Amino acid sequence: MTKLVQYPSGAYVLERDADRTPVLETYHLGIDFGGLSAVNNFNIIVGPTEISGLIGPNGAGKTTVFNLLTKVYQPSKGTILVNGHDTSKMSTVDVNKAGVARTFQNIRLFENMSVVDNVKVAMHNSMHYNPLTAIFRTPKYYKEEKRIHQKALELLDIFNMSDLAETEAGSLPYGAQRKLEIVRALATKPSLLLLDEPAAGMNPNETKELMETIRGIRDKFNIAIILIEHDMSLVMNICEGIAVLNYGRIIAKGTPKDIQNNPVVIEAYLGKPEQED
Amino acid sequence: MKKTIRKIFDKKHISRTISYLVVIAGFVIIQLLMNTIGIKSLFRSLLVPTCCYIVVALALNLVVGVSGELSLGHSGFMAVGAFTGIIISGLLEPYLAINWLRLLIAMFVGGIMAGIVGLFISVPVLKLQGDYLAIVTLAFCQIIKSLLNNVYLGVDINGLHFSFVENRISLAQGGRMLLSGPMGAIAITRLATFTAGFLLILFTLLIIYNLTYSRFGRSIMAARDNRIAAESVGIHIRNTKMLAFVISAILAGMAGALFGLNYSTLQPAKFDFNLSILILVYVVLGGLGNMTGTIISTMILYALPELLRGLQDYRMLIYSIILILIMLVTNNQTLKEKTENLITKIKSRFLKKGSVAHD
Amino acid sequence: MYFENIRKGVESMAFLSYLINGMGLGSVYAIIALGYTMVYGIAKMLNFAHGDVIMIGAYTAFYCLTVFKFSTFTSILIAVLLCTVLGILIERFAYKPLRKASSLSVLITAIGVSYFLQNLAQILFGTNPKVFPELMRNSTFSLFDGQLTLSYKTLLTIIVCILIMILLTIFVNKTKTGKAMRACSQDKEAAQLMGINVDNTISITFALGSGLAAIAAVLLCMTYSTFTPTLGSMPGIKAFTAAVFGGIGSIPGAFVGGLLLGIIETLTKAYLSTQLSDAIVFMVLIIVLLIRPTGLLGKKVHEKV
Repeated sequence: MTKLVQYPSGAYVLERDADRTPVLETYHLGIDFGGLSAVNNFNIIVGPTEISGLIGPNGAGKTTVFNLLTKVYQPSKGTILVNGHDTSKMSTVDVNKAGVARTFQNIRLFENMSVVDNVKVAMHNSMHYNPLTAIFRTPKYYKEEKRIHQKALELLDIFNMSDLAETEAGSLPYGAQRKLEIVRALATKPSLLLLDEPAAGMNPNETKELMETIRGIRDKFNIAIILIEHDMSLVMNICEGIAVLNYGRIIAKGTPKDIQNNPVVIEAYLGKPEQED
Repeated sequence: MKKTIRKIFDKKHISRTISYLVVIAGFVIIQLLMNTIGIKSLFRSLLVPTCCYIVVALALNLVVGVSGELSLGHSGFMAVGAFTGIIISGLLEPYLAINWLRLLIAMFVGGIMAGIVGLFISVPVLKLQGDYLAIVTLAFCQIIKSLLNNVYLGVDINGLHFSFVENRISLAQGGRMLLSGPMGAIAITRLATFTAGFLLILFTLLIIYNLTYSRFGRSIMAARDNRIAAESVGIHIRNTKMLAFVISAILAGMAGALFGLNYSTLQPAKFDFNLSILILVYVVLGGLGNMTGTIISTMILYALPELLRGLQDYRMLIYSIILILIMLVTNNQTLKEKTENLITKIKSRFLKKGSVAHD
Repeated sequence: MYFENIRKGVESMAFLSYLINGMGLGSVYAIIALGYTMVYGIAKMLNFAHGDVIMIGAYTAFYCLTVFKFSTFTSILIAVLLCTVLGILIERFAYKPLRKASSLSVLITAIGVSYFLQNLAQILFGTNPKVFPELMRNSTFSLFDGQLTLSYKTLLTIIVCILIMILLTIFVNKTKTGKAMRACSQDKEAAQLMGINVDNTISITFALGSGLAAIAAVLLCMTYSTFTPTLGSMPGIKAFTAAVFGGIGSIPGAFVGGLLLGIIETLTKAYLSTQLSDAIVFMVLIIVLLIRPTGLLGKKVHEKV
C-alpha cells in the first residue's frame, strides 16, 4: 500500500508526490444556490499521481464539486489551484487547457459523430492550422489531419477501441460509450482526470476491468484521477485517498482503511443504529 | 489520378461529390438549352436570382444546420452585400470597363463588408441562445434595412457625398446618386451573369464543405450537439460559432452583390424579415446540414411560384398548402406511414398493369 | 424665467401625451403579445400565424359592420368567436400533428399557415386597402387647462388592455383551467399524469390567444383605419418582439414588454426620427436582452449537468 505523508499544511499526500506541486488544491470552496449552500468549505489536496475518491450519499454534492472544479458553476467562495495556478478567472475551456478533463454522470458523447471524430474533437487544441488552410486544403492541412488521425487511433488502441473507430458513437453499447468518454477526456492531455460514476450500470466483471483500466491510465499517462463512485469495492480497491461528502461538506478524509472504520461515514450512509431497548 | 477518382466516389466523399455534380450538371444542361432550343425569357430572368438564393440558403444552412443556431436575419447580409456591390461597381464604372472584373471586385468587397457586419453583430448575438438569439438576428435584419432606408450617397467630381435621414446632397454637374434612401439604387449597370452565379455556387460549396470537413467543422458540430461536453474538451463555443456565422455572412454578402447587380433598380425594402423567412424555409425543407438538399429545394421552391403563374392569384395559396402538407407528412409518423402506404399502393397498381401475370 | 416654466410645462405635457399615446399603442401590442407568449409557454412554439389571425379578425369585424350591418357589439363578438374557432382549427390540424417534431419544423409549418391566411385573404377580399368604419367619434378631452389633449380612443384601448390583463391573471391563477395551463407549461407529462387533459388545455390556450387577437384587431383598426391582408405582419413581429423582450412565456412579461415597446416606439417617433424609429426600437430590444438574456421578466432555464 502506498504511504501517505503530511504536507506542511497538514494535508495527506502520497509519499512519491511529497516534493511535487499538487495537481489540485481547493481552499474553502463553496457554492450557494438561492439560500441553500450546496457545497461548503470544500478543502482537498490531490497529488500529481494520486487516485483519489469522492464519495457520499446521493445528493451530497459530489457532481457539484466536479462542476465547480471545471467552472460549469462559478464558485460563490473559495479558491481552486490547478498545478499551482489560480483558476478563479478561468472558464471551463481555460480549465481544460490548464489540465483538467472530465467525464459526465449521464454520458455526453457527440452521438452523431464517429468514435474517432469524438476523440479528434478533443484534440482540437493540439492542432495548428487556420480556417484558410482548411478551406484551401494546403499541404499543412493534410499533414496535420494525418498526424491527428494517427494519434487518435493510437489512443483508441490503448483501450482496444481502434477497430470501432468509424462507428457512430451513438450506436455503441453502454460500456463502450463510457470508455469512449474517458478516451475523449484523455485526448485533451490532462494532468487531472475527473471521472463521474464511471462504474455506473456495470456488472462485477466490467467493474473489475474498469479498475485495471483506471490504474493503467494513471500508470501510463502519469496523471492524477479523482473518482466519484458509489461502488465501494471499486473505491476501496483503487483509491489512495478518499474524501467523504455529505450535505455539501466533507465529513471525513483519509485512506480507504480510515474511511471504512469511520463511524461518521457509516452513519452518513446507513443512518444511526437503532437504539436498543 | 485513379486514386483521386476512387477517393471522390468513396462513402466519405460521395455526398459532397454529388453536390458538385448536381450543380455542374444543372449549369451544363441549362447552357445547352439556352444555346440550342432556347428558353423562355421568364425562365432566363430567374437564373441569376436562383443562384443567389441558393448561395444564401447554403450560407444559412451553415449557421442553422451545421452550427445549430437559428438566424432570422440573413437577408440583412444580402442587403449589405447588394448595396456595397452596387456602390463599388458604380464608383469603378468610369475607370474599369471590364464587366466581369468589376463584378468580381463588387462581389468580393460586398462579401467582406457583410462579413464585417456579421462579425460586429455576432458579438451580441452569440451572447444569447435559442429563441432569444433568433429574435436578435431578426432585430438586426430590421435595423440594417431601416438604416439603409435612410442612407443617401452621391458622387461627383468633388468626391463622395453622404447624407443620413434627409437628403441634403447637392451634386455638381455630371454627378450622380448611388443610393437614395428608400428609393435605393437606380440606374444600376447590370453586370450579373448566370456563369458568375454558377461559379459562386461552386465557390460556396467549396468553402462550406472544406470547412465542415476539418477540425473547425468538427468543433462547430460538437458545439451544436453537446455544448457542455464541447466546452469540457476545450472548445471555445463563442469563437467556434462566430467562425460559422461570419463565413456565412460573407457568402450571403457575395450573393447579395451578385443579386444587386442583376437589376437596374433595387430598394432596401426588398431585404426584410420576410425574405429571411423564405430562405429559412428553403433550408429546412432541403434538410438541415444537407447541402445538396438545399440546392434542390431552393431551385424547386423558388421556381415553383413562377411556374404556377398560370394559376394567377391562387399560386401562393397552393404554394402555402403544399408547404404545410410537406411539413405534416415529413414530421408526423402516422401521416408519414399513411402516405408511404398510399404511394406503395399507387406504385403497385401501375406495376400490375404493365407486368406479366404471376402465379 | 416665467416663459421658461411655461415652455417646460408645455414640453412635459407633450411628453405626457406622447407617453399616453405610446401606452395606447403598447396596449395593442400587449394584447397581441399575450397570444404569442401563452402559446409559447404551453406548446414551446412560435405561432407565426398569430399576426394573420388578427388580420382575419379585422376583416370579419369589417364585413359584419359594413355588409351585414350588425351592431358594434355583435360584430366584435362574431369576430372574437370566429378567431377563436380559427385558432383552435389551426392548432388541431397544423400544429398538433407536429407535437413531437423539432421546433424548427413547427416554425416552418406556422409560416406556411401564415402565408395561407394572407393569400386566402388576398383572394377573398382583394389587396386594395379597406377602410374600417368609425366606431367611436374621434373626440378628445383635455386636462390641465387644455394643455394635455387625450383621445377617448386611446383611453379605451388602455382600459381594455388593463381589464384583459386583470381578468387573464385571475383566470390563470384562480381557475381550474388556468392552473391546468400553468401545469402544462411546466411539464406536460406530469400534468397528464395528474389527470389534466393536455390536448384540451392546449386548444383552450390557442382559443384564448386568438380571441384576444380579434379584440386587438378591432382596437388596431379603430386607430389606423385602413387595412390590407398584410395587416398582421408588422404588428405581429413587433408584438412577438415585445413578448420576448418581456420574457417569453410570462404573461406579465407580455404586458410589460408590449407597453414598453409602444412607449419607446412613440417617443422615438416624436423626439428622434420617424424614419429611424424601427431601428431604434429594435436596438433597445437588443440592449435589454444583452443585459437580461431571458427578457425583463423571463425565467432562467438551468441545464442539468
